[in-house]
Amino acid sequence: MRTAISPLVLLQPRSLRDALRMLREEGPLAPLAGCTDLYVGLNVGVLPGQRFLNIWGLDALRGIEVRGDVLRIGALTTYSDIIRSADVRRRLPMLAAAAREIGAVQIQNRGTIGGNIANASPAGDTLPVLAAADALVELRGVEWTRKVPFTDFYTGYRASVRRPDELVTAIEVPRVEGRQWFRKVGTRAAQSISKVVMAGVRAEPPRIALGSVAPTVVRARRTEDALASGGTLAEAQRILQTEISPIDDIRSTAAYRREVAARLLAQFWAATS
Amino acid sequence: MSGILRPITFVLNGKRTSLRVHPLRRLLDVLREDCGLTGTKEGCGEGECGACTVLVDGRAVNSCLVPVAQAAGTKVVTIEGLRGRHPLQRAFAEHGGAQCGICTPGMIMAAAALGPRPRLEEVRTGLAGNICRCTGYEGIYRAIQKQEARSKKQEAKRQRPAPTPSPQSPVPAGRRKRR
Repeated sequence: MRTAISPLVLLQPRSLRDALRMLREEGPLAPLAGCTDLYVGLNVGVLPGQRFLNIWGLDALRGIEVRGDVLRIGALTTYSDIIRSADVRRRLPMLAAAAREIGAVQIQNRGTIGGNIANASPAGDTLPVLAAADALVELRGVEWTRKVPFTDFYTGYRASVRRPDELVTAIEVPRVEGRQWFRKVGTRAAQSISKVVMAGVRAEPPRIALGSVAPTVVRARRTEDALASGGTLAEAQRILQTEISPIDDIRSTAAYRREVAARLLAQFWAATS
Repeated sequence: MSGILRPITFVLNGKRTSLRVHPLRRLLDVLREDCGLTGTKEGCGEGECGACTVLVDGRAVNSCLVPVAQAAGTKVVTIEGLRGRHPLQRAFAEHGGAQCGICTPGMIMAAAALGPRPRLEEVRTGLAGNICRCTGYEGIYRAIQKQEARSKKQEAKRQRPAPTPSPQSPVPAGRRKRR
C-alpha cells in the first residue's frame, strides 16, 4: 500500500446535519461512502486529500422510494440494493442492468449510487442511465437543498457543480416512458471498467447517453434530434461520432470507441424498435 | 491522527472485539496485523481479485476497500470463523477447489455468502469477483455445487425427489466464459 495512514484524519458525523456542518466548518473534507474507488486510490497512493468525512453510517441517505411519479434513490443506496429493488426493476430497469455489471458482488455490496455520481469518473456506469432518464441530483448544504438536472451536474473531467460544503443526498428520476436499453462494453462482464457504455430510452424523442467516450458523460442530443426528425440510422451514427470525444487510454483506443459507439446506437435502435 | 484513538468495536467471528486502531486502516490489515487472522489474503489491494473477501453483516466485501471505521457495529466473519468445519471447506479439499491456496479463503467466503445449494448461475455471478490463476474455476464450481448440506434437516430436504430434477450437466464449452 502506497499511502501512509497515520497523517490522515477521519471525521465521524452522527447525523446528516452534523456532516453538513463539518463540511462547512472543518473542510475541505472528502466524503467517504462505500470506498470502492477511493480506497483503490489509497492503495495506489493517489488520495484526494488528507481529511475525510465518514458518511457511510448516515442511514437517512439510504433507501429507494416511489413518491408519485418520482423514483427517489438515497445517495448511500448500494448497487446490491438497486439490483434487489422491485421499484427500480419496474421503473428503471436500465439502472438495475447497469448495477449488475458494476464490479462484482463484493463491490456491489459497498459501492453507492451517490458515490458513482460524486466521484465523477467519465466511466461511471450508472451515469449514462441517469443522463438518459433526465434524473435530478439532490444536493444539500447546511441551510439549503437544491436539485440540479443530472445533465447539468458535470462541468468537466472529474468536476461538478457540487460545492465542497455540499453532499449529494439523493437522485430523483421522473417516470420514464418508452423502452429502456443499457449496454456496457468491457473486457469481461464482471470487474471491468467500461470501454464504452450506453443507455437509451426509445421515446419521442429518443434519449441517448454514453460514458467513457468524453471527459464527462455525454447526452447525445444532436443524435437524438436526428433520429426524432426521421433521419436514417447511418446519419445518426455519423452525428453521434461527432458528439463524442474519446481518447486512447489503457483500456481502449479512440478509434475503437468511436466504432463501438456507432454500433451500440444501431443495437439500441434495433432492440427497441 | 493526533490524540487518543477511540476504540472501534465489532463482532469478529462471533466474539465482541474492541480495538484502538486508526479508523482509516484497511479492515484487511487490522484483521491480519492486529487480530492475527492471516487467513484473509491480500491479492491486488484494489478490489479486483477477491482474495481478501470477508463477510460483513453476512455480505461479501473486499476487506482491502473497507476502512475499519466502517466495520464498527457490524458482524465480521473471516475464513477462521468457519473453524475448518464448514461444508465448503471440506468440499474444496475433496473436489479440487484449491491448488496454490491464495484465492481459496476469499472463494470460500464469497461462496458462503450464497448459502447452501446455490445454482450454477448463482455461483458464477457470486464468484465473478474472485480470481483464481490455478484451477480454471471448474474445480471450485464443482466443490461449491457438491458441498454437503449443513444439517440433517437440509439433507433430508435435499434427498426428497425434486419435482423437476435438473441434472448437473457438464458446462458446455460455449459457456466457459467467466462472468
